[in-house]
Amino acid sequence: MIKELVASSAVWGVLLTISAFSLGSWLHRRLKKAWCNPLLFGCIFVVSFLSIFDISYTEYKASASPVSYLLLPATISLAIPLYEKWELLKRHAAAIIIGIFSGVLTSLGSIWLLAVLLKLSRQQYATLLPKSVTTAIGMDVAAELGGIAALASALIILTGIIGGLIAERICKIAHIKNAVAKGVAIGTSSHAIGTAKAIEMGETEGAMSSLAIVVSGILTALLAPLFAALL
Amino acid sequence: MRYIIQFCRILLFCLLGELLHYFLPFPIPSSIYGMVLLLCALRSNLLKPEQVRDTALFLVGIFPFLFIPAAAGVMEVQDELFDMLLPVFLALFVVTALVMAISGYVTQYIMDRQRRTPHD
Repeated sequence: MIKELVASSAVWGVLLTISAFSLGSWLHRRLKKAWCNPLLFGCIFVVSFLSIFDISYTEYKASASPVSYLLLPATISLAIPLYEKWELLKRHAAAIIIGIFSGVLTSLGSIWLLAVLLKLSRQQYATLLPKSVTTAIGMDVAAELGGIAALASALIILTGIIGGLIAERICKIAHIKNAVAKGVAIGTSSHAIGTAKAIEMGETEGAMSSLAIVVSGILTALLAPLFAALL
Repeated sequence: MRYIIQFCRILLFCLLGELLHYFLPFPIPSSIYGMVLLLCALRSNLLKPEQVRDTALFLVGIFPFLFIPAAAGVMEVQDELFDMLLPVFLALFVVTALVMAISGYVTQYIMDRQRRTPHD
């Protein structure tokens, strides 16, 4: 019944997405636990719904496309928090750039180490290599180097979700107390999805995380081919 | 209406970003071009923040929600993920944590050092 209803309805995809996210947010407020991330649980609810009623992801994706459409304008809007924190950014430009650079090298280097130790195929290596940068750059880089673009985009999204989940704990363990440094850490390791968490933590964290998406994305696009040649 | 016009201005920067992505040979997505262009327009006073601010902050505020449809796509590649479970697990948890700790720590370390030795 639901399957037929879905096939004839135009609005269900957006409605399902909003319901799933609201349910996730409600759970987050009720349980007050970091792992109760509305995005993570929203996803789990959507996937469960589709599996239970045997609806294909392709159908859902088409019906929820108005939501995905807003991703591009939303990403571009990150320029606003960046603009508002411009002075802070300029004052600490050297520290921020070096911090992001060290993060990008760590990411590429440790994926290379992983590939050597676990004897990954070249395709698997190329798929994992750009996992910390924004989906649009990462998918292109993976495809360019001979990886699987769809799998790369899934890994990038999972990295973002996990980055958002562990952000507070990692900052505590590594004694990162400075708001600028927190933002750089989150944006460099877990791109736009992590940035959603950084925005929650504060304006400065959000702005620095947005900047880190841009810089780490460009650095990865430049450096990944060099690392790909190492295997 | 104010929001619609603000949204139009943001879309205009999306379009400019897409054009740059189309014409320039670099592997940089249109979203990054658009963001940098919008920042430049604001910095050079071509655009006042109030002309986009409300709608932009609304969009930034609903960011996590916007990722749900794309993230649900993970269900499509389940099998491939399970095929390389160990490297995926290590890359997702260990590498992400390491990158976060190192980039944050380095940034903080340099900022602290600069604070202790002021040039001015």
